[in-house]
Amino acid sequence: MQLTVWTYEGPPHVGAMRIATAMTDVHYVLHAPQGDTYADLLFTMIERLPRRPPVTYTTFQARDLGGDTAGLFQNAAREAFERFKPQAMLVGASCTAELIQDDPGGLARALRLPIPVVQLELPSYQKKENWGAAETFYQIVRAMAAPQAPPPGFKRPPRAPGTRASCNILGPTALGFRHRDDVQAVKLMLADLDVDVHVVAPLGASPGDLARLGEADFNVLLYPETGSLVAQWLGRTFDQKTIKSIPIGLGATREFIAEIAQLTGVDPGRALHGAPSNSSWYSHSVDSTYLTGKRVFVFGDATHAVAAARIAAQELGFTVVGLGTYSREFAREVREAAKLYGIEALITDDYLAVEAKVAELQPELVLGTQMERHIAKRLGVPCAVISAPVHVQDFPARYSPQMGFEGANVIFDTWVHPLMMGLEEHLLTMFRGDFEFHDAAPASHLGFTAAPRDQTAAPAAQPAVPAEAVSDRPSAPVSATAGALWAVDAEKELGKIPFFVRGKARRNTERFAADNAVALITVETLYDAKAHFSR
Amino acid sequence: MSAATGNCTAEGGVSRGNLRYSAERGQREVFCGLTGIIWLHRKIQDAFFLVVGSRTCAHLMQSAAGVMIFAEPRFATAIIDERDLAGLADANVELDRVVTQLLERRPDIKLLFLVGSCPSEVIKLDLSRAALRLSSRFSPQVRVLNYSGSGIETTFTQGEDACLASLVPGLPRLGEEAAPNLLIVGALADVVEDQMRRLFDEMGIADVQFFPPRRSTLLPAVGARTRYLLAQPFLADTARALEELGARRIAATFPLGAEGTASWLKAAAEAWAVDPSLYRRVTQPAYERAQRALSRYRDLLAGKRIFFFPDSQLEVPLARFLSAEMGMELVEVGTPYLHRAHLSADLDLLPPGTRVVEGQHVENQLDRCHAAKPDLVVCGLGLANPLEAQGLTTKWSIELVFTPIQGFNQAADLAELFARPLVRRTRLVA
Ligand code: SF4
Ligand code: SF4
Repeated sequence: MQLTVWTYEGPPHVGAMRIATAMTDVHYVLHAPQGDTYADLLFTMIERLPRRPPVTYTTFQARDLGGDTAGLFQNAAREAFERFKPQAMLVGASCTAELIQDDPGGLARALRLPIPVVQLELPSYQKKENWGAAETFYQIVRAMAAPQAPPPGFKRPPRAPGTRASCNILGPTALGFRHRDDVQAVKLMLADLDVDVHVVAPLGASPGDLARLGEADFNVLLYPETGSLVAQWLGRTFDQKTIKSIPIGLGATREFIAEIAQLTGVDPGRALHGAPSNSSWYSHSVDSTYLTGKRVFVFGDATHAVAAARIAAQELGFTVVGLGTYSREFAREVREAAKLYGIEALITDDYLAVEAKVAELQPELVLGTQMERHIAKRLGVPCAVISAPVHVQDFPARYSPQMGFEGANVIFDTWVHPLMMGLEEHLLTMFRGDFEFHDAAPASHLGFTAAPRDQTAAPAAQPAVPAEAVSDRPSAPVSATAGALWAVDAEKELGKIPFFVRGKARRNTERFAADNAVALITVETLYDAKAHFSR
Repeated sequence: MSAATGNCTAEGGVSRGNLRYSAERGQREVFCGLTGIIWLHRKIQDAFFLVVGSRTCAHLMQSAAGVMIFAEPRFATAIIDERDLAGLADANVELDRVVTQLLERRPDIKLLFLVGSCPSEVIKLDLSRAALRLSSRFSPQVRVLNYSGSGIETTFTQGEDACLASLVPGLPRLGEEAAPNLLIVGALADVVEDQMRRLFDEMGIADVQFFPPRRSTLLPAVGARTRYLLAQPFLADTARALEELGARRIAATFPLGAEGTASWLKAAAEAWAVDPSLYRRVTQPAYERAQRALSRYRDLLAGKRIFFFPDSQLEVPLARFLSAEMGMELVEVGTPYLHRAHLSADLDLLPPGTRVVEGQHVENQLDRCHAAKPDLVVCGLGLANPLEAQGLTTKWSIELVFTPIQGFNQAADLAELFARPLVRRTRLVA
């Protein structure tokens, strides 16, 4: 049993839903109780899809348990087939149905539906969402493409001279972080490389499209978390190579183009020329010197976290002080990457452990998921989102990829923006004393904090930052925090420090006092601590 | 084979008391009772809710909460894993460990609910024994209770019912000679409680308590002379448990809208033999203010056709308010469960011929909804955007549970919730 407050990943059947919802002409019949239908809102509300996920839930109840839950499943599958007329059906169980062991696969096969039925075994008590997505994608690809497989030992013949190369794009799903836009960005690059896109899967693919995967010359794997099982199987079965570079960031995009150019023998010139990325010039401009050495903490799925750390270090001149992932399946890759920055990777799916780490490292920017956004808010650190899980505002209306040269521009803007806002706050301190500019006034980019509504009011109406995170000013003249006491004059001096770094100054001073067994913090202690911690 | 899915449709239901009732079975598109934790943990401020369940349960909580405002909210999930299932770890020992760990972190907690889920029920983890065991270990600092919020037992707001029912046996008892007291049952926003309390005070009903209370140390006392008034329509088990302690229900409409609130208050006034002129003097100004505020929305809503998907069990009183007070036309009133006794006052005020459907077969219901082309559809979050995309106008039902809507001063807010999507639709030209 594990105590969990927030989770990075849902259960594995939610991963399966991400595959089914990404595709067309597939229906997923899920043996599950009614409450599990909440998963629909992930797609309809967070991703704002204009259609329901193609999922039928059996919604069995306690009174069905003694009776015929198997019959319930069969009815649901039969009705779903008749109503939705899919080309293929996925069947499986959620955590509760896994315990009652009704065998959805066998039950569905007994219906003798005239379409492929793919049985999903997703162990809910061991595995999680990304694993479930990868496994589901793999199972449905095998079901559809295996019948087309050449005999074992097949060697792909060289491409006929004068013909264009073609590839599949693997990995994008529903509810993915910018998957829709990444696919578009990658397609543009492939067009510049004279490579045809054969099938994109699972996003937008039908089961029939999956059956054609083996026809392409090679595969482009955008998200190893969901697509690497399929890429490996296609490699073994159809002798297709997989492009290893993932084009997030300038350097990685150049490598991606070079890797494809080399594999296909095309000239990378046009694709690279389309590359006068603004982000590179902006990063070199004098305005960006203040970015130098900013301490960043990076956390996310493995692919995005590793890419973000590289961009931070090499393309923005930050210092990576922390790097981690919740994807245990990819812990090795992240550990390797962390070595480049002389740090140890944080591999955990415990939100509280991540929060403790951020508090300990005191970074100046956090690059993470929706969870880290909350951590950063609470600790008063700027934050940008780089990875799933994400919230509704991370599905922007505009084209906003992470991949390719345009993706690098998007990344520059989104990461630097919260830091620029920090600069704007300097103005607040310059005008301190002016009636409109006072500590309690929120920075303009935070908007007006609504007056707290009633406790039971809609959560959305509540101010996003808990009160205790905002006020770091104790009411007593001499205050005790974690041991040391603050002398009145030291407290006053602390008040002169710009409020957005005051919390940090307080913490550093108290840590310094604790380390040096100082019982009363004076003005001198404050400046001793400042000298001690200054870089 | 049983009438599992779709064998029983909403067509051809029975007419009783002028309404057309039917029941249907099929896929239900409703939250489970765990969701109640989202408002209950804000209401009872020293309580913690520990779901004993799966990753799905944890994910539901975080998705339904939608916005995660509280870095460490007063709820969490003890996720059962394969070791617990394989018997490698004794689930009870594991649970004790998790609870101990939790209480060490949160010394502010006075009341801990162990909340059962589908997995904990299917593996027959006995949470009532666990609660007893842990209660005796941590008393007097912490009381430990249990209830089920599982999706196989409870639908959405039934989680609150189960939670409150679990509190009832521990309520302080009043002796025979105690003066009569009034209990308002069902979570209300604090601001609504305060308004209601002022009105009761002015009518001379002084001994009024709200259940659930804001703190677990403020539990109301119950005895044979306790009368209770339901503030929420989904409290069947809680009501039954209160009756077992001798409390008696005051039948009334639910306090939605100006009329609903007036007759709810009036029912209490009559039970307390408040002088009718005093009742009028106290309630009239607020009633008239509510009517004035409502009149602004009447033009917008009157004659508009509304369709309810089943969700919170608030559907019948909402339908009563919208038809009787706002002049809306009811196409279909779907509700997950219909408690005929508790709802009788509201059901009596529905227009003759209203179709009331208990249970759900979501696909058939969507077909009916599309065929009827209502002006406004009240539905859950999973259905709202797809229906909007198909040209229908929707109101998410969950907002009706999270927003203060009861009482005179909230009547217009309630009307506005239904008016807003309609107004929006007329504003958007592109
Ligand atoms: S329906 Fe059951 S398994 Fe699903 S979230 Fe609710 S309690 Fe958990
Ligand atoms: S506060 Fe921000 S990240 Fe958190 S749930 Fe709300 S919108 Fe999403």
